[in-house]
Amino acid sequence: MITNHAKAFSALADPTRRLVFERVARRATSVQKLADGLDVTRPAVSQHLKVLKDAGLVIDRQEGTRRIYRIDPRGVEAMRTYLDRFWDRSLAAFKAAAEEEPRP
Amino acid sequence: MTAVQTIPPVRKQVVVDASAEHCWRVFTEETTRWWPAEHHIGKSPLKRAIIENAAGGRWYATHEDGSETTTGTVRVWDPPKRLVLVWQINADWQFDPQLDTEVEITFTPDGASRTVVVLEHRDLDKFGTRASDLRAGIDAEGGWGMFMASFRKAAEG
Repeated sequence: MITNHAKAFSALADPTRRLVFERVARRATSVQKLADGLDVTRPAVSQHLKVLKDAGLVIDRQEGTRRIYRIDPRGVEAMRTYLDRFWDRSLAAFKAAAEEEPRP
Repeated sequence: MTAVQTIPPVRKQVVVDASAEHCWRVFTEETTRWWPAEHHIGKSPLKRAIIENAAGGRWYATHEDGSETTTGTVRVWDPPKRLVLVWQINADWQFDPQLDTEVEITFTPDGASRTVVVLEHRDLDKFGTRASDLRAGIDAEGGWGMFMASFRKAAEG
């Protein structure tokens, strides 16, 4: 369901970048907070976030003067879409089966 | 921004012209009759889809080559009213015993020969985040379950 596996793997091969990603996965956060918590310079954090974003692992949004990063929910949304269709089909088929000539 | 991101559950409803008892039987004992045959995670075509008839039972499939694949387990078995299954296939199409997403099906009679069947598949955010693990801080390496598991596999393989 994740379309960008290869890119994402290589993005996470760097241990610091992986740490940045894990922090973002835990809670949506700003560049400054990440830099403070990880003892990494702000420009370095920004660079890591850029790579993670290019790999489809995080998304960002401007909030006032801060840019907030969070994990990219598209992989999860794709799963939800699949299940939505799957249960639609299944229940339609179930209804048809249950309404066939009742069995003793 | 401390709000937790949640994925809304999938909710479905069908009205069936049959009794709740009959609906329950078709759903749980004749699962193969309605399960979409191409939806399975096996290497060989689906033979039977099986929901074992008791709490704690397995929810699984058998395949034409004799193999079996597991979808999850039965959590609540309360015929002919309420069934709760645990779906444990992750977004990489692997059975994952750590994944726990509930599918609740209720059968509500509407007269003697009509039943309202409601299905809810919830806890979908767990496909992305093993939220409980993250909160407990049990596994600092974990988190984005479906991704990290396959990442580890690839990294270690």
